[in-house]
Amino acid sequence: MMLWSQSPGTATGIVLLGALTLVAVCGRWMAPTDPFAVTGPALASPSQAHPFGTDDLGRDVMSGVVHGAGMSLRVGFTAAACSTLIGLVIGAVAGVRAGVIDHGLMRATEFVQAIPRFFLVVLVVSLFGGRLWLIVLVIALTAWPTTARVFRAQVLSTLGKDFVLAARAAGSGDAAILIRHVLPVTIAVVAAQVSYQAGGAILAEAGLSFLGLGDPTVMSWGTLLGAAHHSVREAWWIAVFPGLAITFTVLACNLLADGLLRRADD
Amino acid sequence: MSDNLPSWRWLLRRLFLALPVVAGVTALTFTLIHLAPGDPIYMLAGDGGSLSYYADMRAKYGLDRSLGEQFLRYVRAVAMGDLGYSFMFQAPVLRLLLEHAAASLLLGLSALALATVGGFAAGTVAAVTRSRVLAASIRAGASLAYAAPVFWTGQVLVFVAAVKLGLLPAGGMSSARESLAGLAYAADVARHLVLPALTLALPFAAVVAGVTCASVLESLREPYVRALYARGLPRRRIVGRHVARIALVPVAALVGQHAAQVVASAALTEALFGWPGIGYLVLHASLHRDYPLVTAAFIVISSSVVFFNAIADAACAWLDPRIRLT
Repeated sequence: MMLWSQSPGTATGIVLLGALTLVAVCGRWMAPTDPFAVTGPALASPSQAHPFGTDDLGRDVMSGVVHGAGMSLRVGFTAAACSTLIGLVIGAVAGVRAGVIDHGLMRATEFVQAIPRFFLVVLVVSLFGGRLWLIVLVIALTAWPTTARVFRAQVLSTLGKDFVLAARAAGSGDAAILIRHVLPVTIAVVAAQVSYQAGGAILAEAGLSFLGLGDPTVMSWGTLLGAAHHSVREAWWIAVFPGLAITFTVLACNLLADGLLRRADD
Repeated sequence: MSDNLPSWRWLLRRLFLALPVVAGVTALTFTLIHLAPGDPIYMLAGDGGSLSYYADMRAKYGLDRSLGEQFLRYVRAVAMGDLGYSFMFQAPVLRLLLEHAAASLLLGLSALALATVGGFAAGTVAAVTRSRVLAASIRAGASLAYAAPVFWTGQVLVFVAAVKLGLLPAGGMSSARESLAGLAYAADVARHLVLPALTLALPFAAVVAGVTCASVLESLREPYVRALYARGLPRRRIVGRHVARIALVPVAALVGQHAAQVVASAALTEALFGWPGIGYLVLHASLHRDYPLVTAAFIVISSSVVFFNAIADAACAWLDPRIRLT
């Protein structure tokens, strides 16, 4: 209750993400039909049988949205966890080892930042085929530079603090200091990065599926919107519900991240 | 001020520093081509050629030689501007990319201008307004605009403005049925530009609004602003003349960074509206397995990001004399 009055944005983010996780976990009971199965007339408007209507092939839109929730959350948080791990390791090494190693790692970070991520994913998908794990991998391998920069700055500012000097005097090594002393004070900032990147990854995957470059074997919100593209004139419901789902999921990730960063500033 | 004007030598050196990035991207592309399943000749020369054509191409890229030599030949071809041939369009890839660059730049720069002006205005209003409801709605609107995917906001805008109200065309860059020239053609393109530019502008406008709002709030607390109030200057003039000007500096840096991505970030919007830019071209090529076009576009777009970055840095230094050129 205190959270609502102090930081309504963060609270909204947590509630939205919680609801979404619930939908993703309980999806098989809420929308029991296979999202790819034809279950009704084509382009039927929302009704009791199909609360979100059906698409141009007669597939239930609500089943698609519910099944897409689990997929999007898994993609978002897997990619975010992997990229954060890479970013932490690179940021930590660059922060601890000054000089040539730091310089080299920062140049590598700039290089990855200069790559237009979307076109790289399109290139990889055209050459290797649209497989979900591959898309997640490319997103993770291109998203770590922000985390690396942020964590490097955190490491540099924390390493000079008295408690770190005390730990070093007591004989702790670099790895022990990073894990036991630096990580705990920067955990909110790191968690914020995970949340931002999850939102970014969900958007990127949805974009690819929208274009028909995603994994054809899994139901994604982007796939639903891509299918809606041709029938939006006759049937607004095909586009509205998956679009709202993407928007509110990404919004929830961003709100949670903003809240975590504000906490870290205080 | 005058010594802060970026010299040609500075710009040349900056562009020279971009070379490793271009080399790295070329190496990455080469690696991916060779890691991909199947014969790399199709990735290099495309689908649908004749046997003798493939034989020529095998010799040109040295596919019977060692991997090191193949890489050198590939780099040499890219450096000479020979980016391959597209079977889908029956044209050299470089020519295709250059032909579509103008449409991408028109869309990207219009959206950038729209987002900068709109975002700056909204951010300033959110910071100085006395109405808490107005400030909160601008913030909420910005959060939503930042989170919503362009391929969805675009669909919503098309549904409202084109399908329901019939105000604007839903896609394309010009009316195909009429042959217009001169001003009439420009007006026709402008009408087609409105919806895609607005769609592409929204997320970036949200970022600009956020940065502007924070920056204006910060400068309002500065002692010199309180001194202006003490001198009895009207609030409107303080904000318009003094605060907004200072707040522009971080916004200019942000716009500069984003300008480098202007072609790279427009792909989804182009695909949605059938806007004939580079992104649209590459997505078509990807769906039709036109590998030479997809690989070359990746190299060209990455290079353009680095190139525009250098120019944006120079422009920022010119705007803000406190930035040192090193």
